[in-house]
Amino acid sequence: MTKKTKLTDITNLFKDFDIEALEGVTIEGDIELNITGGGGLNPALAYALGQEISHISLHMANIGRILGYPVDQLFSQALGMGTAGALSPVGEMAATKARVQELLAAKFEVASATNWNNPIQEVTLGATSSNGGSRKNTITLGGENALPYYFDAEMPHRNYVTMDVFDMPIGMAKAVKSNYDDVMNDPAEWAKKVVKKFNADMVTIHLISTDPLIKDTSARDAAKVVEDVLQAVDVPIVIGGSGNPQKDPEVLEKAAEAAAGERVLLASASLNLDYERIAKAAINNGHVVLSWTQLEINAQKELNRKLMKQCNVPRDSIIMDPTTAALGYGLDYAYSNMERIRLAGLMGDDELTFPMSSGTTNAWGAREAWMVSSPQTQDSEWGPREYRGPIWEIITGLALSLAGNDMFMMMHPASVQVLKEITQTLYGSIESKTVDITNWIGAEV
Amino acid sequence: MKINSPLEAYKYLPGTNCGKCGEQTCMAFAARLIDRSKKLTDCTPMLEEKFSKKLRELHVLLAPEVREVVVGVGEKAVKIGGDDVLYRHRLTFFNPTAFAYDVWDTMPENELTERVRKIQDFKKFYVGDFLKLDMVAVRCISNDPKKFADAVKKVIETTDMPLILCSFDPEVLRAGLDVAKDKNPLLYAANKDNWQQVADIAIEYDVPVTLFSPDDLDTLKSLAMTFASMGTEKLVLDPGTFPAGKDLKKTFTNFLKIRRAGVEGDKDIAYPIMAVPLTAWMVHDDAVSASYWETVIASIFTIKYGDVMIMHSIEPYALLPQLHIRDTIYTDPRKPVSVQPAMYKIGNPDRDSPVLVTTNFALTYYTVESDLASSKIDCYLWAIDTDGIGVEAAVAGGQLTAAKIKKGIEDSGFNLKNDTTHNTIVLPGLAARLQGDVEDETGSRVMIGPADSGRLPGWMEKNWPPKAE
Repeated sequence: MTKKTKLTDITNLFKDFDIEALEGVTIEGDIELNITGGGGLNPALAYALGQEISHISLHMANIGRILGYPVDQLFSQALGMGTAGALSPVGEMAATKARVQELLAAKFEVASATNWNNPIQEVTLGATSSNGGSRKNTITLGGENALPYYFDAEMPHRNYVTMDVFDMPIGMAKAVKSNYDDVMNDPAEWAKKVVKKFNADMVTIHLISTDPLIKDTSARDAAKVVEDVLQAVDVPIVIGGSGNPQKDPEVLEKAAEAAAGERVLLASASLNLDYERIAKAAINNGHVVLSWTQLEINAQKELNRKLMKQCNVPRDSIIMDPTTAALGYGLDYAYSNMERIRLAGLMGDDELTFPMSSGTTNAWGAREAWMVSSPQTQDSEWGPREYRGPIWEIITGLALSLAGNDMFMMMHPASVQVLKEITQTLYGSIESKTVDITNWIGAEV
Repeated sequence: MKINSPLEAYKYLPGTNCGKCGEQTCMAFAARLIDRSKKLTDCTPMLEEKFSKKLRELHVLLAPEVREVVVGVGEKAVKIGGDDVLYRHRLTFFNPTAFAYDVWDTMPENELTERVRKIQDFKKFYVGDFLKLDMVAVRCISNDPKKFADAVKKVIETTDMPLILCSFDPEVLRAGLDVAKDKNPLLYAANKDNWQQVADIAIEYDVPVTLFSPDDLDTLKSLAMTFASMGTEKLVLDPGTFPAGKDLKKTFTNFLKIRRAGVEGDKDIAYPIMAVPLTAWMVHDDAVSASYWETVIASIFTIKYGDVMIMHSIEPYALLPQLHIRDTIYTDPRKPVSVQPAMYKIGNPDRDSPVLVTTNFALTYYTVESDLASSKIDCYLWAIDTDGIGVEAAVAGGQLTAAKIKKGIEDSGFNLKNDTTHNTIVLPGLAARLQGDVEDETGSRVMIGPADSGRLPGWMEKNWPPKAE
């Protein structure tokens, strides 16, 4: 049924209210408006109604456009607007009929996330003398109640960077290598350098020489290197194997014993080696296990579950490494994998509520980070590689920090410095003078 | 969009399974509407008169939560906004962040055109295509409308990339628009002082306009509502990009809040968002620090909801990571991770051509393939089934083994002894540790290639054909 309404009726209806806008009003059904004008029409209401009508005609026009009808021509002819299609009909009507004099009042509001109710587990690395270790400080990761740096909940701990040290000289990008030429043959000196000179929060000693295909260094000898590093620095440390699934359990067992009581991070337990031995080595010597999987959220759940249920690793002794792929080489998978893991944890999946670690050094595998120039002849110049490498590592790490990663394993001192600064800026602990950006357009840069 | 199951969209469709949209059934088409891989107009029967009401209704239901805004004209026009989700894995992010780089109206003419050409011509090959920059932002420093118009004119004569016209002075904007009115440029910007005049200009010329309200979301929303009431929804929101310290954290928070509110249904604020990483240059003196920090800020807001941004550095070490992080975030996560495990011929290989092995991880495969093809190396390339994992990780994780390589080659019906003169396999440098195993398993000679396929041309020159033993 069609009901006729006159504007004056509407005005009467609303005359006792102070109307600024017809919010939430929709006009449905067949509409016949009898606009006679004048007659005590409240200007604000007339404007608001005009707005509503204009919107309806806009929507109708859009639908007409979808249907392929030359709407713009019609409007421009009907309203006598010169060149076809150049002007927005609705805009023109609104602008000519009622020039708005005041900004509409508005209050911006947004809800906090309601389904992040499950905090991420806190995990502490390193032990001081009061806890049976010899580290000067400990580092606690995790504890988040929201995505990183979000306003929904305070982030309890900042991000930390552990810098790579190897137990033998290895091949690396020139820009990286030049920082370590003097310490390459001495892991203890190397460790000292990254802590003292490059401000590393932690040190990772990678026992890669234990790989039977490299030097086959014995687990016992490798454990001595761990002792040397523990002597050389007093920050918490990470102990990494060679990645050889047959040899790693033995190497990490011996290393765990040598570092007993220091609460190191053992890297790593994975589904393709005897993770039970790694888990036991951690439990027996008071360490933390790095649970490493390859870009697969379900594999990560499975391994975490096995570590907890089958191996009895306490919840406060697991950190995850869901794998880092470099910028341009699968970072999209790595990013979304981490973001999914973190969101699942926050929303209640207790098999995924652990802090995360990233092998950010992987960024150096990208050719953009180290090659002198592009192998693709059609590419624009790539410019100096000494600037390309560090930013590749920074952006790889930064992306993952936004996906929920807590700890970064890194290599280049400049990358470490910038990544620490930006993550701590987002965390909220970096003070800076306020920059007046109100007229940035005119800035001389 | 307001619905999220194919069933809800199906109700509005003709239900005839006519197949004109290219799908077998209306239900399949409904699923494609929901994942936004097809458009409603692909269903031509829906355009008939009798469906007009349903078409209208479904169109509203399917509209993205964040409005889409087009800047520029022709092939290079960019579309920004249009997102429906806060996390890319929930669907995908649409319309990659548009990157604009600045020029200014006090530049000498030859420098300006040279810079515009650099912006226009920069390209980086990646997985079968080129990554490129999108737009030019013209900043008015002179405060002189004529000078600004001259600069805009010069830019238009040099490129057909979309433009952003930057000034807070309405007269300057008008002068620029007079020159660029056929180019559908983005105006930058209306603020709480000039909004009336800027709104008049935007509406008169029917061009998109940016609303600038540094760290004041109430005013930003108020501006957006006011502009909408005046008749334009071609709006872009700039909540201000503060380049350092706690102000930068606030900027981050503002971006999160605007997009969350928009995706959750606050139409008044559901517009594309602009970031201006260029402000990094207001705090860093040396060019490398400024470029680095600018790239860091650009990356943050490429990941978290920036739809268009203005930068200054055009150094490759800034542009390359910017382009790649954008590709990272806007790559459709629904696309397959892997290529079909198989033998692929590159060029026209014969019995003397090398046999190379890589994994079926799509990125790895396409990188190796394009390196080989662009260097015109004729060869056989095997994508071994590693569950879509790259070489280094697959060797570590046991997805790339000698047995898998043997099986991959055999499955394609290729016989190294009969089909080649050399009976040799070239392994990726990152799989060097498999050399002995592969020799034992296949009975072929195994050579170790470079760790990066970009070095294959040089490696070939030195090592191919293999010397007789």
